[in-house]
Amino acid sequence: MASTNGSPVTFLEAIKQAMFEEMERDPAVVLLGEDVGVYGGAFKTSEGLLERFGWERVIDTPISESAIIGAACGMSYLGLRPICEMQFIDFIVCAFNQITNFVAKGHYLWNAPAPMVIRGPSGGGVHGGPFHSANPEMYFVHTPGLKVIYPSTPYDAKGLLKAAVRDNNPVLFFEHKFLYRRIKEELPAGDYTVPIGKAVVRREGRHLTILSYAAMMHTSLEAADALAKEGIEAEVIDLRTLLPLDEETILQSVKKTNKCLVVHEDTRTGGIAGEIAAILCEKAFDELDGPVLRVASLDTPVPYAPTLEEAFLPNAQKVLTAAKELARY
Amino acid sequence: MKKQLTRQQHLDLYYYMRLNRAAEDTMVKLFRQNKIVGGLYSSLGQEAISVGTAYALEKKDWLAPMIRNIGALLVKGVPPRDIFMQHMAKYDSPTQGKDGTSHFGDLENLHIVSPISMLGDLIPVMAGVAIAGRYLGQKIVAMTWIGDGGSSTGVFHEGLNFAATQKAPFVLILENNLWAYSTPVRRQVPLENLADRAKAYGVASYVVDGNDVAEVYSTAKEAVDRARAGEGPILIEAKTFRRLGHAQHDPAEYVPKEMRAYWEARDPIERHEKFLMSEKLLDANGKKDIEEKINTLLAKEREFAENSPMPPPELAEKGVYCTGDACHKIAAKWERPLAEVMPPKSSVEPVWMVEGYGKGKGASGANAPIHFGDTPADKAADESKPASRAIPKTSVKKLAKAAAPKPAASRKARR
Repeated sequence: MASTNGSPVTFLEAIKQAMFEEMERDPAVVLLGEDVGVYGGAFKTSEGLLERFGWERVIDTPISESAIIGAACGMSYLGLRPICEMQFIDFIVCAFNQITNFVAKGHYLWNAPAPMVIRGPSGGGVHGGPFHSANPEMYFVHTPGLKVIYPSTPYDAKGLLKAAVRDNNPVLFFEHKFLYRRIKEELPAGDYTVPIGKAVVRREGRHLTILSYAAMMHTSLEAADALAKEGIEAEVIDLRTLLPLDEETILQSVKKTNKCLVVHEDTRTGGIAGEIAAILCEKAFDELDGPVLRVASLDTPVPYAPTLEEAFLPNAQKVLTAAKELARY
Repeated sequence: MKKQLTRQQHLDLYYYMRLNRAAEDTMVKLFRQNKIVGGLYSSLGQEAISVGTAYALEKKDWLAPMIRNIGALLVKGVPPRDIFMQHMAKYDSPTQGKDGTSHFGDLENLHIVSPISMLGDLIPVMAGVAIAGRYLGQKIVAMTWIGDGGSSTGVFHEGLNFAATQKAPFVLILENNLWAYSTPVRRQVPLENLADRAKAYGVASYVVDGNDVAEVYSTAKEAVDRARAGEGPILIEAKTFRRLGHAQHDPAEYVPKEMRAYWEARDPIERHEKFLMSEKLLDANGKKDIEEKINTLLAKEREFAENSPMPPPELAEKGVYCTGDACHKIAAKWERPLAEVMPPKSSVEPVWMVEGYGKGKGASGANAPIHFGDTPADKAADESKPASRAIPKTSVKKLAKAAAPKPAASRKARR
């Protein structure tokens, strides 16, 4: 299961490679979660790890999210670097107290770093219904002491997950399950990391800036292609990390385009778009030629029926409409 | 079998219980002088539990106290000044004034994990400490405490069950002081012995008289030895009584006077002292020496604490994140050969053996079914609706490179 070289790998495979290579590099890295061992994970992200690293390093747990997070935190205090899998990221809220009160506050309060990663499949578009489609990132972006990553490409997923494992802080790593097998990319053969806290410009443009991340980054690119056909050049930025947010890259782009649209799959109220709008008001008010607009999911639970879910989620058409409205300013 | 204690052990237990009580008496005085910033929680009458259990641990072992386990911290080697300064929110306190009470720890030297106010959270955390210690070959035991009240939290059960499935070298002291704030134990748990909670998880348990320090110690020592030997987690219910209110503000009038009197007659320090005197392990002079030693120590510690400054306001925004190696050099301390945990020696056959039937394994390969997301129906839908949710095939490859944004002249008139 060495790194593939030359042939493109899926988002899912990139995550598996990251864990595999980090566990091979450092015996302090262990994995724990529900069905991660023999079964290889509900999404097969840990397939082959038990076989390679054994029972002590790949731990099938009971259905006890608080115990998984708590135990990983305790392990990290002895210098291990545990990776916790939430079978669906929706279930992370079962361990909300452990994460926000125990794990996140330890370094500030008593100088106890907790080098651990909490990762799992998130997001909708696959008809998973209200409890298997969540984007709960903002609960945690509001928690000082955590880092929050939400990648959109196999290259970033692998590089950011490796960086997360090596980080001395608790890192939440969201994997949009819609991307797991729908997206492929060639990855470098050797070891690499992608820095946490750095956004990246995916497409250059001068008329407006579209900020997005995860699956919506691809939707935004699709909308940008359509915009280009109408003579509007959108700059598309992939945030990649939500906490800490890369304000510099955002401000640099908005100071160039003077317009900003934020696209996220998270629900509208309390999404990262609101925070970005506030940052732009504070730091780039004079540079703005129009309102900061947002395209986000409806303020409802994620509905199950395909017709309802489609209405709930943003799509390229909704992004296109908002971008054209913004471009008119 | 319960161990016979040496004279020195008996005297140590006595000393730490006296120190525990005297340190808390000092803090009551500080509280009345308005020098304690927040609440003050008492372990009056429960000292035998904190002291007797922590005394069963070795230096390399780990513990995590609850709010009424000042005695355990003292036994583990925390200087009283740290405890005073924590309560007084002083800059020289272990948390530099960022948290109070027993909410502090020491990963490097004393191996203490800080509690948080949410009860039960320490149980999985200390299970994790125990599992990590075993993995690293350190042969440690992890210990924490929980009250009768805290034993009804979900995480108590998740944590104890997980520890049991892992056979973690973990000892949980269930300190049953009969009151969760104002609610009596009978209204919390329909059990005579809270130790029965352990049975649900296949965890061995003991019930002890929590006001008999020698019994507490002997039982804890046996439990620690068993956990260290690989028998899995062990729970000890220590029966006792919370003699004061939930905290200093609480007169605890909900506790019947007769009940208080019953337990006051069973004071653990008086009982142990009577035993020591009757066995001629301690005399009046010896007792006076211990009292003087404690008084001298605490006066010095209190003076240090009172002279420590409050933290400077600029500290408030510091320390949320570990900034890397210069902040914390994180390195596991291995006490077993690394080869044991690295391939190929660690390799196993990834199957479940089911007794009487054989074995089974998970699906594998690039097309193994996954829970949601790429069923044939999904794929067909993606292909039929390229404009909605499908990913543009070329987008990532084409655009993955970070393009350096070129500076552009703002076409915008300044407002």
